Amino acid sequence: MSTPTPGQTVGPFFHDALPYPGDSELVPPGRADAVRLHGRVLDGAGTPVPDALVELWQADADGHVPREPGSLRRDGFTFTGWGRSATDDAGHWSFATVAPGSVSGGAPFFALTVFARGLPNRLFTRAYLPGPALGGDPLLGSLPADRRSTLVATADRQGFAFDVRLQGEGETVFLTYPRH
Amino acid sequence: MTDDQLATQAEISAEIATIAGTLGRGASETQPRLDYPPYRSSVLRHPTKDLHQVDPEGIELWAPAFGHRDVGALESDLTVQGRGEPIGERMVVTGRVLDGDGRPVRRQLVEIWQANAGGRYIHQRDQHPAALDPHFTGMGRCLTDDDGTYRFTTIKPGPYPWKNHRNAWRPAHIHFSLFGTEFTQRLVTQMYFPSDPLFDLDPIVQTVVDPRSRERLVAAYDHDLSQHEWSTGYRWDIVLTGTHRTPTEDETEDDA
Ligand SMILES: [Fe+3]
Repeated sequence: MSTPTPGQTVGPFFHDALPYPGDSELVPPGRADAVRLHGRVLDGAGTPVPDALVELWQADADGHVPREPGSLRRDGFTFTGWGRSATDDAGHWSFATVAPGSVSGGAPFFALTVFARGLPNRLFTRAYLPGPALGGDPLLGSLPADRRSTLVATADRQGFAFDVRLQGEGETVFLTYPRH
Repeated sequence: MTDDQLATQAEISAEIATIAGTLGRGASETQPRLDYPPYRSSVLRHPTKDLHQVDPEGIELWAPAFGHRDVGALESDLTVQGRGEPIGERMVVTGRVLDGDGRPVRRQLVEIWQANAGGRYIHQRDQHPAALDPHFTGMGRCLTDDDGTYRFTTIKPGPYPWKNHRNAWRPAHIHFSLFGTEFTQRLVTQMYFPSDPLFDLDPIVQTVVDPRSRERLVAAYDHDLSQHEWSTGYRWDIVLTGTHRTPTEDETEDDA
């Protein structure tokens, strides 16, 4: 067992390096089955965070885990399942993607990583699709009701909305995994 | 806040020392504290509730794949992206990306970004009065090889001022972004240089409260990597957290 290297904040100067053209478009936004997954990153005062970065990793619509390269140079056809979206001045991030299917029978969710200036290490969370499948989910079942709702996206006209609250009222449940 | 209202270095250093005293004797912390008030912008941006431990499932047991269609061969050399030579100390930075069991992380994406030799980023929000270098963007990417090795040619970055407190300076560093073989291993961190006098003064380095863990952020000068009449060399290995997926037969074969 090796000891992991510590994380450090992404800092304020990542915008020229990490974002890239098409980063947040897992599918072309005009495609018939495209949905939007979007939201804000908010701090403990409820103020939008304009220098955050959200990464998305998800199964395809059939619940298959993508194994294809091509996320950095998208061809418009291959679904790679991964993307990133820097927040804008209003703290807003947005992806064009498809709704993930269930992987091995579990409740479908988007896996998200959150980075920001002022955040000493990345945070992991899940944005579950709203729906009846959530009843049997072990993670959601292990949380008190008021916290559970922070992990469930809300359906809107174009897809799903999901705000990330770093701190305070409605603070998002952030995850850690064994062996961290 | 005007610059006059900022805390002094002495005040920040006293806060750093107080927090260092809270690390129990013999205790170890591998990761930074999220709640670290000397790093002022963390005050409203850290979760106050404990991280919730969960067994990774489904998509979390896998990582995105990147390949040579994503990353061009020249992207690992930050000194050839302009039309001329960038100013500063040319150096090679190389090392291995390993998982929590010491296995190489193969053919995976590594991204870096950094200030130029004068401590200036090309980023629009960096407005401190140091020269931009027209031949240096400070951004690079590569894929690890079959041994988990990454390698960049770049320029040694300078320290730079920031407004956390009065007369605050960041030790010279390179930002690194890493992926493992699972979602749970995602890491963004910073690599530092040996014996930097700014370490003890810098609240971002000090978010990692355990001194043994801080050492893991510091590269080693490696004279065998330095090249005659050309560049100096630094070595820095990166260890990601442990994996959870049972390797498939394919992957086991891969590892043999
Ligand atoms: Fe920096």
